[in-house]
Amino acid sequence: MPRGMSKRTQHLREESIKTEPHISIERAQLLTQAYKKYAGTVETPILRALAFKHILKHKKLCILDGELIVGEKGQGPQSAPTYPELCCHTLEDMDVMDSRERIYFKVSDEVRKIQKEEIIPYWENRSVRKRIFDYVTPEWQTCYENGIFTEFMEQRSPGHTVADEKIYHTGFLDFIDQIDAEIEQLDFFNDRDALKKKAQLKAMRITCEAIIILGQRYEQLAKDMASQEKDPVRQQELLSIAENCRVVPAHKPQTYWQAIQMYWFVHIGVNNELNNWDAYSPGRLDQHLNPFYQRDVQNGVLTRDHARELLECLWIKFNNQPAPPKVGITLKESGTYTDFANLNTGGVTRDGHDGVNDVSYLILETMDEMKLLQPSSNVQISKKTPQAFLKKACAVSRKGWGQPAFYNTDAIIQEQLQAGKDLIDARGGGASGCIETGCFGKEAFILTGYFNLPKIFELTLNNGYDDRSGKQLGLKLGYGPDFTTYESLFDAFKKQVQYFVDIKIQGNNIIEQIYAETMPSPFMSVITDDCIKSGKDYNAGGARYNTSYIQGVGIGTITDSLAAIKYNVFDHQRFSMKELMEAIDNNFENHELIHHLVKNKTPKYGNDDDYADTIMRSVFDLYHASISNRPNMKGGFYRINMLPTTCHVYFGSVMKASANGRLSGKPLPDGISPAKGADRNGPTAVIKSASKMDHLNTGGTLLNQKFTPSVVAGETGLDNMASLVRSYFAMDGHHIQFNVIDKKVLLEAQANPQDFNDLIVRVAGYSDHFNNLDKALQDEIIERTEQQF
Amino acid sequence: MDNGMIFNIQKFSVHDGPGIRTTVFFKGCSMTCHWCHNPESISFNKEVTYDVEKCQSCGFCIGVCPSKALSLDDEVISRDDKLCIACETCTEYCIQLAREIAGEEKSTADLLKAIESDQAFYNESGGGVTFSGGEALCQIEALVALAKACKKRGIHVTIDTCGHVPYEHFERILPYTDLFLYDIKILDREEHKTYTGVYNDLILDNLNKLLKTEAVVWLRLPLIKGVNANDTFIDQLETWLKGKNIGQIHLLPYHTIAVDKYRRLRRHYKGQHFEKPDESWLNQVLEKLTQAGYKTLIGG
Repeated sequence: MPRGMSKRTQHLREESIKTEPHISIERAQLLTQAYKKYAGTVETPILRALAFKHILKHKKLCILDGELIVGEKGQGPQSAPTYPELCCHTLEDMDVMDSRERIYFKVSDEVRKIQKEEIIPYWENRSVRKRIFDYVTPEWQTCYENGIFTEFMEQRSPGHTVADEKIYHTGFLDFIDQIDAEIEQLDFFNDRDALKKKAQLKAMRITCEAIIILGQRYEQLAKDMASQEKDPVRQQELLSIAENCRVVPAHKPQTYWQAIQMYWFVHIGVNNELNNWDAYSPGRLDQHLNPFYQRDVQNGVLTRDHARELLECLWIKFNNQPAPPKVGITLKESGTYTDFANLNTGGVTRDGHDGVNDVSYLILETMDEMKLLQPSSNVQISKKTPQAFLKKACAVSRKGWGQPAFYNTDAIIQEQLQAGKDLIDARGGGASGCIETGCFGKEAFILTGYFNLPKIFELTLNNGYDDRSGKQLGLKLGYGPDFTTYESLFDAFKKQVQYFVDIKIQGNNIIEQIYAETMPSPFMSVITDDCIKSGKDYNAGGARYNTSYIQGVGIGTITDSLAAIKYNVFDHQRFSMKELMEAIDNNFENHELIHHLVKNKTPKYGNDDDYADTIMRSVFDLYHASISNRPNMKGGFYRINMLPTTCHVYFGSVMKASANGRLSGKPLPDGISPAKGADRNGPTAVIKSASKMDHLNTGGTLLNQKFTPSVVAGETGLDNMASLVRSYFAMDGHHIQFNVIDKKVLLEAQANPQDFNDLIVRVAGYSDHFNNLDKALQDEIIERTEQQF
Repeated sequence: MDNGMIFNIQKFSVHDGPGIRTTVFFKGCSMTCHWCHNPESISFNKEVTYDVEKCQSCGFCIGVCPSKALSLDDEVISRDDKLCIACETCTEYCIQLAREIAGEEKSTADLLKAIESDQAFYNESGGGVTFSGGEALCQIEALVALAKACKKRGIHVTIDTCGHVPYEHFERILPYTDLFLYDIKILDREEHKTYTGVYNDLILDNLNKLLKTEAVVWLRLPLIKGVNANDTFIDQLETWLKGKNIGQIHLLPYHTIAVDKYRRLRRHYKGQHFEKPDESWLNQVLEKLTQAGYKTLIGG
């Protein structure tokens, strides 16, 4: 039975999931034409804006049969444009993309030819990626190559920005008025940056014109198609689409349907300007749409069913857009088609009331019916959220594919206040991407890279020397047996962490400046407060808040490794550090007893055991102190969060065995989840352990819990799920998500992938098709501790 | 002495009373039911269990045993029970996790700490603590001390009992108990003796008395095909229950998971011929008891 409430959405959904992801070269070609024409003749922001306008003016339009919401990032479903100004793919890259088994993108001969003849010759020495590798230090490069940390901006631009409500009451003609007013007020007598600001504002103005042109082109196309259409029903729909595109994006939307179309045009604009991480997201969609919904229903121009069908159309639109193609380490850290547009449903309103409304329930129903990877959907649960809404979300979640995830509104607000934001702004914020906290519409909150804490501990035991690469990566502070107390060992670890954090932050600051100088994003600046007011670009600190995140990975492994040494070597002298290191170097082969003791007979994180949890907290505090509140290049600050996407698998693959018994090359645990098999006292103990972390001092943490279906069955099961969520959130937990699938089913799916094309599982802050995950990640999910009894 | 001999502490227990609970299993039982799913919970003593299937006969335990109680006997580790002092050395060093300790003496303070640590979940879900076993009421001193302390902290207390203890024990625990889960197995007294080792007079008598107090009692019926999963038992029960104030009835269908456990622990299982009840019959019972006015459900 195909999913979708109507034949229309069933058909569109099928097309979305059946179409093979493929590379579209159109954007790259148009961009290159524009750069060739304008580069050197105008300021950089204006160059970027003119290129954007050229793309939107000439890109192929697409209205599929039956569609009600129009616009594609590429030329149609699953069509992925490239961004050679950031990362100019080699022909070899293209061949790999085309032929790799998972997360592939088909590359036609024609595309390959254009890449070779037009794109590579122009961009290979001009791309941001090339510039980054030219400027960062040799230490940075060595760390990057050997899995100490990753770098988000080497193939994708700074993103993590989410829409707020402004586009629902401000059309782009209104934005132009705002921009003109700012230009008018520029002070060329006193402001040294006035000229720079003028160029930036002019660039913003051009992007407004560009998006209006795209709307007009769609209006015309819909009209043309209507005149050819024989079916009177479809003809009327096309005329409605034309009318919608006449109104938005030039003017503010008048109806629920137009409001959705308005968002979608903005989404297409953002994603054609640059390929920023986390696509873009409507954020608090239920709150934005509800006024339109109520008014339209009252006026008799909208039914609940039609409102839901339009949401289904929007869902399919999201799913049509695969994440920009990635290669190399960036693919390893984020190996998925999901582009992390993450909706926040529920929460509170700006004035602090419960935010759940009629559209919130419509969204839950749409999510449930569509069962698509994109958009990622979560619910924000506050103390004020009605139990009925929480339980309805649990009922969808227990179907087993990981959506919606649950976020703690009250924690998200406090995290933001902690970061110095205004309360009203904070209430309008939420989680984006996987779990990252941000202030929607007013903040550039940029993930900059994952940070491999357990690997740094591995180096700490080895005088900073990396056996795997044969390189001296860290400081020379001694070998394991040189540390005669736990405290001296921890102190060495601390120094190594600080050393690598410095390397990472220095690199980040270089990269931030490269983007600020060479890759302004004037369109994104129009829709992000206060870029227009400050005349500054989104990539140069124009947003009201500017946060750079570094994401810690493997807290379970590092905690248990430290606990294993403290407990066995120092407290109980069961064996010496030398013996332990010998066992580690041999991957515990012929060292079964030591392996047994560290694996089975040592306190571990995830069991509400203060011995291990105190160590977890000390590592967390060290990481926090090393990073948080350090200034970035945009006038904002660094913060931490604890999440991995798929990086925990990659980080594990560059490591030998760990002191906690983890074998060489095996994945690290995801987010703040305990190490595989370490948690033996059930979910409440995991939650208790996790809550000992200072969540409010982060920009988000990720906790995954796997349940067998029997645990959450029936009305009682729903009550229990809801209680777990509420309890964790009462302890300030940031996020929790559930995988409710029998291990048996996963093993079967691994053996017979062809029979499980529709199996979706929660990975880490997002869901993915099980078949799209590589074997190591599949194994990791299968082995996550299943909570049952 | 207020210490309890505890067999297991199960957190996130959701089938032993309302909400999310912690179930404390007391070791030692006054009955020896043939179908017992936790054979290692019957004895009141701490013991070392040995899983013959996990054991790789590496012999490491033989070397570390301080009382020389272990020996290798045809690829299986044998233990001289007279020598074993249950010191846990062999369990600590068993690489295959084949040897495990069953039973640990715990003080009221330690148990209370374990129970209290999940209080946030009880509050949110309307859960609490369940004292089960073995038979928790057999260790009445430890139980009363603990239940009293829980009550004082506002924690909901449930006692899961087989009923085969002196009524005085019920009287003593009653002030600190919010709910009793009371097992009824067989109503025919001779049959009861055959399958559980004791007559059911005391059990039924205690239940009668308990039902005359303020106590909230839910009945739990383990239903085993070949023993009591038949209409006769249900009819007898209905007759017996007439006019009595029962909160809920839980039907607990027998399952065969224990068979494997007995084999691995090299214990004789007297229930080889037991089967799980037919689902259709189970649903009939559910309907019948519901119609008779009892809130009935399958499972705990």
